[in-house]
Amino acid sequence: MYKYDQYDQAIVDARVDEFRDQVRRRMAGEMTEDQFKPLRLMNGLYLQLHAYMLRVAIPYGTLDSRQMHMLAHIARKYDRDYGHFTTRQNIQYNWIKLEDAGDILADLATVEMHAIQTSGNCIRNISSDQYAGAAADEVTDPRPWAELLRQWSTFHPEFSYLPRKFKIAVIASDEDRAAMRLHDIGIQLVEREGKLGAAFYVGGGMGRTPMIAPLIKDFVPIEDFLSYSEACLRVYNRYGRRDNIYKARIKILVHEIGADEYRRQVEEEFAHVKTLGIDPPVAELERITAFFAPPAFEAGITDSVDRSDPDFAVWLDQNVKAHKQAGYAIVNISLKKTGDIPGDASSAQIDVMADIAKDYSFDELRVTHAQNIVLPHVAKRDLYAVWQKLVEADLAAANLDLISDIIACPGLDYCSLANARSIPVAQKIAKRFADPARQRDLGELKLKISGCINACGHHHAGHIGILGVDKKGTENYQLSLGGSGAEDTSIGKITGPGFDEDGIVDAVERVTDKYIQLREGDERFLDTYRRVGFDPFKEAIYG
Amino acid sequence: MGNLRFRDDAALDQPAVALSAFLDQSNATAVRLEPGEDARLLIPHLDRIALIEVAFPKFRDGRGYSAARILREAGYAGELRAQGDVLVDQIREMRRCGFDSFVPDKPLDAAVVKTTLERYDNVYQRAADAAVPVWKLRHG
Repeated sequence: MYKYDQYDQAIVDARVDEFRDQVRRRMAGEMTEDQFKPLRLMNGLYLQLHAYMLRVAIPYGTLDSRQMHMLAHIARKYDRDYGHFTTRQNIQYNWIKLEDAGDILADLATVEMHAIQTSGNCIRNISSDQYAGAAADEVTDPRPWAELLRQWSTFHPEFSYLPRKFKIAVIASDEDRAAMRLHDIGIQLVEREGKLGAAFYVGGGMGRTPMIAPLIKDFVPIEDFLSYSEACLRVYNRYGRRDNIYKARIKILVHEIGADEYRRQVEEEFAHVKTLGIDPPVAELERITAFFAPPAFEAGITDSVDRSDPDFAVWLDQNVKAHKQAGYAIVNISLKKTGDIPGDASSAQIDVMADIAKDYSFDELRVTHAQNIVLPHVAKRDLYAVWQKLVEADLAAANLDLISDIIACPGLDYCSLANARSIPVAQKIAKRFADPARQRDLGELKLKISGCINACGHHHAGHIGILGVDKKGTENYQLSLGGSGAEDTSIGKITGPGFDEDGIVDAVERVTDKYIQLREGDERFLDTYRRVGFDPFKEAIYG
Repeated sequence: MGNLRFRDDAALDQPAVALSAFLDQSNATAVRLEPGEDARLLIPHLDRIALIEVAFPKFRDGRGYSAARILREAGYAGELRAQGDVLVDQIREMRRCGFDSFVPDKPLDAAVVKTTLERYDNVYQRAADAAVPVWKLRHG
């Protein structure tokens, strides 16, 4: 894991001081709320329906037990004893007092954490593959490049007032676990003739106009990584639309001028930018990469796991994934037990996960964009002990990628932008499909719920997506089918008229019943949908 | 505190003309750029310009930051002024992009400006100022 040096620490400490001063000036009335808003937003502080919400950055979703314990401490001391892990691999706290914000940032800074650029029209927290460093299919660990981007984008003076927010994901496998092409810039590290480079996909995103990012450059030599990023951003900062907030994301620019013209402009800008000496020397890349060296795996340890406990075996099959190192496995901790709020964890649970990571996963945890937690490096001989500890903490739901592993935004229960509640719908669906055998029979089924058109719950990318809208003052839910945030990226198609809260649960069930009827062999829902098309499902839903 | 200037030379006593007017006439030495205007159109004329005023009608509109860097990257050494809805918490970023004078619509608190500019000892990236990025400090 990356460790701060004196420079990183000084920058984060200065930020704490700066934000304290901004809060002081706001509270003293020296600044209007309108002037304060972009400043607090660039530090992840939102004013929500009931209180301030603080979003803390977890760069590329990686953290150690000390940092995880600090997240629990903040939940206990400043919030209502829980936190909410987000689709951007961050955590947010929903009940924050403005006057505490400075102290929270100071606490975070003691464990090399911050809330810098977790909101605002700037480059947001860089996301990545939650299995980085553990997945067998990666060409390299993507996190050093995500860290390089983190540093480059932190307080970037030119890109602090972009037309709109800007999200970057970095992956290094063909299998996409990070919804890479649904980002403003999606980067896939690739190897060509033994050399490392980066494929740049630009102009994807969800929101009210979902778009899959086109490939802008298939191979950017790694020594041009930051220069190319800078050129992509500069073209956007200069020419992205600023006349309409709903058309201000880079996807609209790329769509309106076309990928070819955008590419031409970026290439022209890059030819100039490359002369400015923006890319750090190889020594800096090596310094960062060294922090992500594989942990001291034990060689020759057992690859077999005792499956005699049937409940453990179910969890093992569903939540544990193959590791690149023999004798080790990747453990997924689902934060989606039936009845839970997706992504929420109590301070006690956060502490338990931190302790398990310290004892059994080389002191490392990951947050996933699906709002779960990963223990990336667990020895197979320890899996049963880890599972028992998770059971004790109510963290052993065996439903990874099943229909109850729902992504949901906070919705109208918290969010001032929402049109409808997401959480109760997620809870009702999970309850409807509570039978574990039934869920497993349905197989991989990614259900995602957003409480408004901004799509924080990734509904466009759901195999089944649900969008909450306001229909003449009542909450109404639209259903869409066939989305995917994986390497076969697709945008879901809306089925037709929406439903009320109970109606949407019934509609989902009609879809899954139809799938059971139509599926062939071991087809997933998404495969069946792609084979038979939209109509049989539409008919099943509306009769 | 009204205007801010970080230059030793005497301020130009000449109004800045609009870009279109500047490009049409040859004798103006001060020009004003609106947010949507292309700073690169000025590059052939930089040697005769003493002042470029970049307009910020709304503080949220960040196009002027790119304009400033582009002008400095092209070698412009004259006065580069940010005028308009310029807030104290933006001065540091603007300085880093190459602005060296400020004419804000609303006066800035001198003490806050000073603290703001002195707060950060380190920067992560190269820009149009002389600040040395930390990767350079790390490796010499």
